[in-house]
Amino acid sequence: MNIMVCIKQVPETRKVKIDPETHTLIRQGVESMINPFDLFAVEAALRLKDEKGGKVVAVTMGPPQAEEALREVVALGVDEVALFSDRAFAGADTWATSYVLAQGARKLGPFDLIVCGKQAVDGDTAQVGPGLAERLGWPYVAFVRRIRGLDGRDMVVERLMDDGYDVVRFAPPALLTVVKEIGEIRVPSFKGKMRAKNLKVPVLSAADIEADPEMCGLKGSATRVIKVFAPKPREKRELWEGEAEELAQRLLHRLSEDKIISIAV
Amino acid sequence: MDYFWTEEQIMLRDLARQIARERIVPVRAELDEKEEFPRQLMKDLAAADLFGVVIPEEYGGLGFGCLENCLVVEELAWGCAGVTTSFAASALGSYPLLLFGSEEQKKKYLPAIASGTKLAAFALTESTAGSDAAGIQTRAVKDGDHYVLNGTKQWITNAGEADIYSVIAITDPAKGARGASAFLVEKGDPGFSFGKKETKMGIRASCTGELIFQDCRLPAERLLGREGLGFIVVMKTFDQSRPGVGAQAIGLAQAALDEAAAFARTRVQFGKAIINFQAVQHMLADMATQIEAARALVYSVARFIDSGAKEVSKESAMAKCFPSDVAMRATTDAVQILGGHGYMREYPVEKMMRDAKILQIYEGTNQIQRNIIGQELNKEYGRRK
Repeated sequence: MNIMVCIKQVPETRKVKIDPETHTLIRQGVESMINPFDLFAVEAALRLKDEKGGKVVAVTMGPPQAEEALREVVALGVDEVALFSDRAFAGADTWATSYVLAQGARKLGPFDLIVCGKQAVDGDTAQVGPGLAERLGWPYVAFVRRIRGLDGRDMVVERLMDDGYDVVRFAPPALLTVVKEIGEIRVPSFKGKMRAKNLKVPVLSAADIEADPEMCGLKGSATRVIKVFAPKPREKRELWEGEAEELAQRLLHRLSEDKIISIAV
Repeated sequence: MDYFWTEEQIMLRDLARQIARERIVPVRAELDEKEEFPRQLMKDLAAADLFGVVIPEEYGGLGFGCLENCLVVEELAWGCAGVTTSFAASALGSYPLLLFGSEEQKKKYLPAIASGTKLAAFALTESTAGSDAAGIQTRAVKDGDHYVLNGTKQWITNAGEADIYSVIAITDPAKGARGASAFLVEKGDPGFSFGKKETKMGIRASCTGELIFQDCRLPAERLLGREGLGFIVVMKTFDQSRPGVGAQAIGLAQAALDEAAAFARTRVQFGKAIINFQAVQHMLADMATQIEAARALVYSVARFIDSGAKEVSKESAMAKCFPSDVAMRATTDAVQILGGHGYMREYPVEKMMRDAKILQIYEGTNQIQRNIIGQELNKEYGRRK
């Protein structure tokens, strides 16, 4: 089974700050990491490979330094990688991103399966995976918590829902987005780390994947970011516990005391 | 301290460190409490290629030496000395094969040990043979193209969990120390079984038990080296492995220092953090100094061994004896600095103190180490005119 995994390099979430003046992410000097959900996608793909054979190809769209993310997953056991990097890709929204990934998948494939994390922790849209499936005209299942396996030509997976899970059967090729319940991410191996260190990461441009520059990056994006802002920190809060009636009384008094309401006597 | 590691050594150390922090530390208290063998962790270490550190690349290993083994062991022991014992015992069990095995024996067994699919173990100790290895009673009698083993080994690390055992048995009782031989025994060999599993004070995430040989018939090609080489195999194996015990000691001692210093910075008494009191500072300073001294000794001796030096018994004994004494002191002092907290199982240092004790005992008690050092000194000075 040949599997493509999409990963994204995101700012180290615990360290990211927003510039109060410009309202944009302060990216300078902030370390990067692989989007945590994407590591679960890698794990899911590697488990399928361990079981069924084949190969796992990890791809990412990003600036040249995103190759570090690809090296990291090679250390985990990913067979091949590709970095889609071109000035034309800059400023892409999920629509333009899914276009580039789809072109990349066509170029590097054929694949039986594409696995993505359920969402990236920086944008939090959860749209690129499903968008990519649409671009390819493939079925997709989002929020997969377990891959039960193959049943003849069909694959059976469990999709996490608010109130339990669905069992979904489909015929590959297809796309899955996975949640953390898929399983614990393996540790790298020393041989994998050595391979990663010595690996030359193939960088593919728009021309290499036959992508129309008009459909990539900011030009190909259907949305524009007008403003990003940090919500003001909330003011001092109090937490009261007790019986509803007593709390209602207390609240009434307090609102009256603070002259927010006045109680007619 | 910067010991100027190569890029590869740093990669190896960081990998071991990652496993210690992410996998070992979260489960160590439970493994200790339940006295459970860490099967999943052994799988993780295998997947990370760490069982192959000292095994040559031609047999599927990483082809590193004693020094890199020490680096890995130190990091793992920072997480849990018990888990590390299970891990390191496999290397101990494979040294006889590495040092004395024939090409055929190496090809047959080393790849599985390197990949971690099979664990190894080393079996010397018996009820009548501890520090005095000459007290061994397990017999191996040649019978055509077989040897027949009879006897019982006790306190064997990885007993029952390992698949490959390096076993010392007497082939010629008339020859005393020269009458011992080393054999490779596989789990499942006829007449080979396991006795009771011991319950222990510390390193409870390792398995210690009996090996029982009742007319255990082994093909003659299971003999390591030749007949009569048994004690040489033992001595040369320990020469290689003892710095590893030292590395285990410094990892454990460092963990104790880390806990003690972090606690001392946050524990407030008499209006200030207790690290501000000289009584506490001096204890921490002694711990840190002794640990660094032990670490420098272990690395130096490991490098000396890796240089191919012929006579390393004295240095190897030093690299086991000194660090393990340091670890006993450091873990005891860590408990002292944490005070009542330290004595409680909720905090990790009481386990560290229990774990440290074995390091002064196994692979030759520290008294035996001092004997070795003393005897070597006697020889050295005897040669001087």
